[in-house]
Amino acid sequence: MRILVFEFKEGLIIALRAILSNKIRSILTMLGIFIGVAVVITMSTAIKGIDNSFQSGISSLGTDVMYVDKWAWFTNEEWWKIRNRKNITMEEYSRFKDLVKLPVAVAPVTNTIQTVKFNERRVDNVFVNGSNADYVKTTNFTFAEGRFYSDIESNAARQVAVIGSEIAKKLFPNISPIDRTIKIGGFNYKIVGVLAEQGSFILGPWNPDNQVYVPIETIFKNFFNRSFRSITINVRANGPAMVEETKAEIEGVMRKVRGLTYNQENDFSINQQEGLQQSYKSVVGVIQIAGLFITGLSLFVGAIGIMNIMFVSVKERTKEIGLRKAIGAKKRTILSQFLLESSVICLVGGLAGLIAAIIISLLINQFIPTSIQIDSVFLGIGVSLFTGVISGFAPAYTAAKMDAVEALRYE
Amino acid sequence: MNIIRIEHIAKIYKVGTEEVHALRDVSLNIDKNEYVAIMGPSGSGKSTLMNMLGCLDTPTSGLYLFKGVSVSEMSDNQLANIRNQEIGFVFQTFNLLARYDAIHNVELPLVYAGISKNERRERAKRALIDVGLGDRMNHKPNELSGGQRQRVAIARALVTNPSIILADEPTGNLDSKTGEEIMGLFHEIHQKGNTIILVTHEEYIAEHAARIIRLKDGLIEKDEIVNNRYIPATNEK
Ligand SMILES: Nc1ncnc2c1ncn2[C@@H]1O[C@H](COP(=O)(O)OP(=O)(O)OP(=O)(O)O)[C@@H](O)[C@H]1O
Ligand SMILES: [Mg+2]
Repeated sequence: MRILVFEFKEGLIIALRAILSNKIRSILTMLGIFIGVAVVITMSTAIKGIDNSFQSGISSLGTDVMYVDKWAWFTNEEWWKIRNRKNITMEEYSRFKDLVKLPVAVAPVTNTIQTVKFNERRVDNVFVNGSNADYVKTTNFTFAEGRFYSDIESNAARQVAVIGSEIAKKLFPNISPIDRTIKIGGFNYKIVGVLAEQGSFILGPWNPDNQVYVPIETIFKNFFNRSFRSITINVRANGPAMVEETKAEIEGVMRKVRGLTYNQENDFSINQQEGLQQSYKSVVGVIQIAGLFITGLSLFVGAIGIMNIMFVSVKERTKEIGLRKAIGAKKRTILSQFLLESSVICLVGGLAGLIAAIIISLLINQFIPTSIQIDSVFLGIGVSLFTGVISGFAPAYTAAKMDAVEALRYE
Repeated sequence: MNIIRIEHIAKIYKVGTEEVHALRDVSLNIDKNEYVAIMGPSGSGKSTLMNMLGCLDTPTSGLYLFKGVSVSEMSDNQLANIRNQEIGFVFQTFNLLARYDAIHNVELPLVYAGISKNERRERAKRALIDVGLGDRMNHKPNELSGGQRQRVAIARALVTNPSIILADEPTGNLDSKTGEEIMGLFHEIHQKGNTIILVTHEEYIAEHAARIIRLKDGLIEKDEIVNNRYIPATNEK
């Protein structure tokens, strides 16, 4: 054991000397690994950032929430079969709500896309959600300021609004939005609450941070009448364990409310965020794998560079290898000397790449919330060491098994 | 006891379909504190024999006992240990590592012997002083003259206290005056009790030795004691 430590230490010194004696070449070789590790780590960090954002967005929707819609979010059914489904109406919602027993919250939801203004500031294409006071119970919203609108306000179709954190930032950079009056599609609304950041940029306009919440009756009053389009009924089960049971109840009650006979198919769909997850994975997942593959290629090119340089370096030092063998270096000593050399080159390049990746992540953090995790650090170090050993092995092995006499004779 | 005992050694190189008989049938014994010169025309097998004696190469057939142990039965690692601890090589082209200064070059065999940094330093210093280079320890090879480089190489060969010094044309790349100085150094080393085998083309160099082995076409032509041996004047430092 002590001998191995000794050999490792001496091998390291020899390797460092060799690296330092040819600085420009070593630095150019490191550059390959530097770029490879930097892009791989940046890529995997970005991917993780996107995933985290999606997951937190999804979970702000709640894993135990179901959405009863006219149509399924993702479906393979043929259009002509489902085209003629009836709208889900506010009356159906009322009857549904009276009949179901298992859910902890039921809320009718509709939405409209409007421009939101405060004085000169404006945000276009904002998702304006209309619901009632129960809506907040179907979400995991937390509030930065104020409260959700009340039963009284929603029943009386008051001009009140709750705004997402991004909207608040854009309209009210310096002052508190509470009790200010904003214009939504030309109508005045008083702000009663501001959501805390939900942090799910990937959902874009569906991100609660970018939305506004007003009473559903106010939407019907200001923008369109109640039979204009189908509403969604948001239903929250009593915890994830109750989802299946609740779903069964929803289906039964909805069928009754919609007046379906036993031989008619459902003319509504019960959507869950699972569907969202699957379609996210099928699209974004492919892009992620492609991204990792492409960045991995650059690391591979870097590794080939190392291997190439190590072969050159072994060739150049043929005579030195012969001499070292003549004065007592063993095969494994020569092998480890060159392996250490390529590993040190890769490790230094990799660490520099890691630092670059951290800086890049800090920069893109402005757009995508990313953060270098400790596992990325280990990944970076691991990948560069692995590359060093793998790409150094063939050259090192060539050096180790060299014939001493022939090596000494080499000119 | 003989340090070296070889019996009916042959070495055949295969070049394509042709066989080159570098050594045909060589037998000899070398005792402790002998001073042997190997001579012979170019291609007669001198270097091949030296590499064999130095455990760098293995014979195609025949017996080689180093201090009574059969070399052909040793593993690669054992051979490396023998080269490290029992044998000191001196080459015609010095074979110093260009990026290491003199003291580091001399230390190198001790690294492979697993000796600690401080002891290595100490021993390398002493070896360099012994060869008269006490004031050149931190010079790189390209900052040294040919004769000085060969002295560094000799210090490197001596630093492990080997049982035998093998020198293949150590004066071949030096002018005759410098060559003579190096031979003076070998004489001193021999006086201190070391065993030396050296290869040379020059009769006057060979006459420093006590015994001359003449090779021809891979065979020993003559193995003789030198009667009028040349003893260089020592302590010219
Ligand atoms: N690796 C090899 N492959 C093929 N033939 C070889 C090899 N090494 C040596 N020989 C041949 O073996 C013979 C002896 O070579 P060796 O180097 O021992 O000669 P030498 O006596 O040292 O000559 P010189 O005085 O020129 O150094 C030569 O004919 C040489 O061509
Ligand atoms: Mg020769």
